[in-house]
Amino acid sequence: MTQAAEDPVLHILWMNGGLGCDGDSVALTAATQPSIEEIVLGALPGLPKVAVHWPLIDFECGPEQGADTFIEWWHKADRGELDPFVLVVEGSIPNEAIKSEGYWCGFGNDPATGQPMTTSEWLDRLAPKATGILAVGTCATYGGIHAMAGNPTGAMGVPDYLGWDWKSKAGLPIVCVPGCPTHPDNLSETILYLLYQVAGQAPMIPLDEALRPRWLFDATVHQGCDRAGYYEEGDFATEYGSPRCLVKLGCWGPVVKCNVPKRGWINGVGGCPNVGGICIACTMPGFPDKFMPFMDKPPGATVSTTASGMYGTVIRSLRGFTARTADKEPKWRSKGTELRTGYQKTW
Amino acid sequence: MTMVENSATDSEAPAQLTEMNWDPITRIVGSLGIYTKIDFKAKTVAECHSTSSIFRGYSIFMKGKDPRDAHFITSRICGICGDNHATCSVYAQNMAYGVRPPHLGEWILNLGEAAEYMFDHNIFQENLVGVDYCERMVAETNPGVLELANHTEAPHAADHGYRTIGDIMRTLNPLEGEFYREALQVSRSTREMFCLMEGRHVHPSTLYPGGVGTVATVQLFTDYLTRLMRYVEFMKRVVPLHDDLFDFFYDALPGYEEVGRRRVLLGCWGSLNDPEHCDFTYRNMADWGRKMFVTPGVVVDGKLVTTSLVDINLGIRILLGHSFYEDWEDKEMFVTHDELGNPVDRRHPWNQHTIPRPAKRDFDDKYSWTMSPRWFDGQDHLALDTGGGPIARLWATALAGLVDCGYVQATGHSVKINLPRTVSRPETTFEWKIPVDKQGKPLSNALERNRARTYFQAYSAAVAVYFVEKALAEIRAGRTKTWESFTVPENANSCGFTEAVRGVLSHHMVIRDGKIANYHPYPPTPWNGSVRDSYGTPGPYEDAVQNTPIFEENTPENFKGIDIMRAVRSFDPCLPCGVHMYLGNGKTLKTVHSPTGVPMAT
Repeated sequence: MTQAAEDPVLHILWMNGGLGCDGDSVALTAATQPSIEEIVLGALPGLPKVAVHWPLIDFECGPEQGADTFIEWWHKADRGELDPFVLVVEGSIPNEAIKSEGYWCGFGNDPATGQPMTTSEWLDRLAPKATGILAVGTCATYGGIHAMAGNPTGAMGVPDYLGWDWKSKAGLPIVCVPGCPTHPDNLSETILYLLYQVAGQAPMIPLDEALRPRWLFDATVHQGCDRAGYYEEGDFATEYGSPRCLVKLGCWGPVVKCNVPKRGWINGVGGCPNVGGICIACTMPGFPDKFMPFMDKPPGATVSTTASGMYGTVIRSLRGFTARTADKEPKWRSKGTELRTGYQKTW
Repeated sequence: MTMVENSATDSEAPAQLTEMNWDPITRIVGSLGIYTKIDFKAKTVAECHSTSSIFRGYSIFMKGKDPRDAHFITSRICGICGDNHATCSVYAQNMAYGVRPPHLGEWILNLGEAAEYMFDHNIFQENLVGVDYCERMVAETNPGVLELANHTEAPHAADHGYRTIGDIMRTLNPLEGEFYREALQVSRSTREMFCLMEGRHVHPSTLYPGGVGTVATVQLFTDYLTRLMRYVEFMKRVVPLHDDLFDFFYDALPGYEEVGRRRVLLGCWGSLNDPEHCDFTYRNMADWGRKMFVTPGVVVDGKLVTTSLVDINLGIRILLGHSFYEDWEDKEMFVTHDELGNPVDRRHPWNQHTIPRPAKRDFDDKYSWTMSPRWFDGQDHLALDTGGGPIARLWATALAGLVDCGYVQATGHSVKINLPRTVSRPETTFEWKIPVDKQGKPLSNALERNRARTYFQAYSAAVAVYFVEKALAEIRAGRTKTWESFTVPENANSCGFTEAVRGVLSHHMVIRDGKIANYHPYPPTPWNGSVRDSYGTPGPYEDAVQNTPIFEENTPENFKGIDIMRAVRSFDPCLPCGVHMYLGNGKTLKTVHSPTGVPMAT
């Protein structure tokens, strides 16, 4: 994915070494607005030249001792030889401090020890040197599935690890694109915005309190759902496969910040409640714990569905309460030497 | 570069071995490290360790959760085949809850999964694996081969439009290659097909135990079928293109049969249920398993050992090997006998306990987060592989001779794929034949794993045409229900079997007091990339890499290891599912000096 470097090049270092599934890397290959090839080949006006170091489809695959070593780019960045660069983090950050030895996850090796370089070690080394940090997917942003109650690794999101107030040397906060996985175009469009910003063509990216791009995450699922009309008429599905509103079958749409029903999943096709899938709130900081069991009716749904004819402040304030809870991570996702997830350590 | 001397027992002068490490390997899913010692004079890999370092603990954090959450959670195991996990989990839940989805729901699920195969094999083959065979890569590793390719007419040029093999290699160049970019676009339209049925890629939104939430209308299937037929048209070019490319390597580099070769020990757990027969009961599992549109089976040395899902289930053993876990010999047995009265082993996934114990990576001791799944045939704990999925699926299906839906037919020795007429091409039949080497022995190697992948893309498209017909018949008959209600029992033991894109996938669940008491998923990569087990049996990558000769023309200083990479990538490694590998042949190695490399013997 590396372009010949005549002009100054912005390097993008993509680290998929967290506790994740690579689903966000895979999602980016689905993006078409813009596509990854359009970004890399500079097919949009005003884009800076970029060199993307991305494990999923990188040409380079040489050995450490031979030609074209992929991990060498990371060591260069660590040595301060790569500037500017944006660090992309995929996967949650396990807590390596809750045990005396070993590692939960690694990405390449630490030359000094010959042991795997942990994801948190890379963050410690590269964060001060990065122009920006982009956390992709709900694992990297808020902890996600691997940070659920009872997990053994103490996993957390990048902002939990570096601090929610963290700023890069260029003054950028951590930029979070949540979603499990992220919506393909939400991700590619955020990358596009950041490239324009780094190139001096766009102002500071507008983010909300959970560090999400505002224009993508301001509205709720429900506000963009084409089944909202059924809700308004009090017409609720009682079994899956129905075209009616899914709120009574477990859909969290009314309090979840996400644009998928409006945007579709890929080129307008697919989605969640709009095509018959309950919204399990996979973009939210409280995911998954605050929404399980997923197939049960959400606690707020009884009030809001009986009152669905009633508009205005009552509904909104009831939702506001649920939404604020849903927008908060469970308390155990934090640094420190204690494992507070409820799992009894065996080591 | 460190050079080491091999003080092996052979009487010849000690071989000089050069350490070569790749970590992480690119163009796979997840991060995999390969650590080798290469004998550049003999042009062979003498030793190899492989490792991937990730532990998430699904079996731990799923304990005590609502069983209905299982498919939502387990989908997150994998970011490229998560839907296979969701599907397998739904199958296991259907068995536990005693629910049989409406036929239409099952056809929709099959159409989603068929689209996943069409998408995933396509992007992996052309945008990840294909780069290993592209002009830029071959120019950097075997310039002589590229020159030959440029002068070699492609036998099927009329079918795919590329005059020479060199032209095929050029069109596979990353981003610049026209076919590379076309394949990337195809990976998007196939994901649209997937999303029509399962809502969202890669973690589906519309799958549930009891069926699907997809709204089944005429339009749903029209939208799918039109995209499908464009894919069928595409595959009529792609199958001959890859046949030409892979056949060329056998001619250009005599002996390339041995790259990535291992004994034929293939497992396939079957996929794509037939709703007419599948009732999701354990009692009838062997029967409805044989009605799947990809037949389950274990193939040993080219012979079909079983097609029974019950046999397959009972034979699974999880050994610890060199991994960071404590054993569970003294822990509770959840399932002592299956529903048919057969004893269930303590090392079966139903009875497994996951007890992590993190430690330093030490290749002589513990160095892995992955255990060693094996299949016990009554005598041996066989280290089955999946060959990346397609080769095992086609092999088992071909030998069993059970599948015949018109569009695909298993003959007992081959699989025929009958593709209907498309916009610019006539009806076309492709036949996948069981691969053999020049001596007629069954052949499982890097090129044949890759070739099978292309054929299985065509297979998936062909069966999908059949599924659309069956689904539309339901709609036209007015049977539009896609989901059946159920209740979660207090106690149950269940299992689900399917084929993840890269091979065998099983989910084993135990429900106690209405909650998950035990849940162990086994995806393909732990099988393929397993560590040496407690019996000393090496894992599949071990054989495959160890037997790989080096054809690359570079000196060690410029060495890329392309032959090793081709061997590894042919298994379609998917690291989020977990892989750690140790490959040693017992030789004693000591460092003699550094840092200059050994000149290549040419």
